[in-house]
Amino acid sequence: MLLKFTLLFFLVVCAAAAVRMKDLLGAVIMLCAYSLAMTLTWTLLNAVDVALTEAAVGAGIVTVLLIAALGRTGSAEDDSPQEQEAGAMAAARRALPLLAVLATGALLVYGTLDMPDYNDPAAPANLHVAATYITGSVPETGVVNFVTSILAAYRGFDTFGETAVIFTAAVCAGLILAGRERK
Amino acid sequence: MNGTAGRNTVTRTVSGFLIPFMQLYALYLIAHGDLGPGGGFQGGAIFAASLILYAIVFGLDRAAEKRYARVAGAAAAAGLGIYGGIGLLCMAYGGNFLQYSSLPFADVKTAHHLGIYGIEIGVGLAVAGAMLFLFMKIAGSDDA
Repeated sequence: MLLKFTLLFFLVVCAAAAVRMKDLLGAVIMLCAYSLAMTLTWTLLNAVDVALTEAAVGAGIVTVLLIAALGRTGSAEDDSPQEQEAGAMAAARRALPLLAVLATGALLVYGTLDMPDYNDPAAPANLHVAATYITGSVPETGVVNFVTSILAAYRGFDTFGETAVIFTAAVCAGLILAGRERK
Repeated sequence: MNGTAGRNTVTRTVSGFLIPFMQLYALYLIAHGDLGPGGGFQGGAIFAASLILYAIVFGLDRAAEKRYARVAGAAAAAGLGIYGGIGLLCMAYGGNFLQYSSLPFADVKTAHHLGIYGIEIGVGLAVAGAMLFLFMKIAGSDDA
């Protein structure tokens, strides 16, 4: 329990630091640390497949790609001074976004009060098809790891779509960069 | 990617030691996705990470960058093709798209096992190829 709260606190600190940091390289490293904490959180929640993905993609490849992109763009945030207005109107205009964020956050927290407990077998999400997958995986597909049997067999068409999305993303990024190179 | 790459003895030694283990682990994840955690996506990402680590630490010249990008792009396309091909193969044997049980193997479980094995390899190739292709395009020299 203490470990979970420590990790969640660390996540919030990393996210805030990544947003506040002026040095973009530092911000990327903070995001990497965020992904590492997320990896540990997924492991604590027994979602090892997701944890592996988070570690390999979130903490590894995304960090490298972002650093490589920084090498092309420059690693300092644009900090040209913005005009600061004075007076009561300006103070109100600055306070308004904070109030909006606090109100939305309070609404979201209020919404979580109705959510079922974690691991609750009677939760609506666990009543619909989950039982079919869990009881059917071994006799129907012979696959011991449910996650794989769901991804590759029961919902193979979705996974095909995801693979096509990754392929398309790589092709598009390659085309955009190729267009820039020809100039 | 050339610049100062490949001058630090510590990173070179440690990476040279780690890269084979990363690749072996990636292949293990792809091959054993149906028994334990992992699968084509995670294995492919880790395999791409091992090659990216190699490119960063040891540096690549322009010709190698171009070759890597071309091979990676082809691997991504081949991976997606393997996945879709297995789906179409199931249709050719009279089933639905990706209905492994229609594949002509001795029993349903073998058909599922081999079908899933095949698409995991396809996903792994596609993910590893796409990631490596992106890295070569973003981090490589301009005409890579």
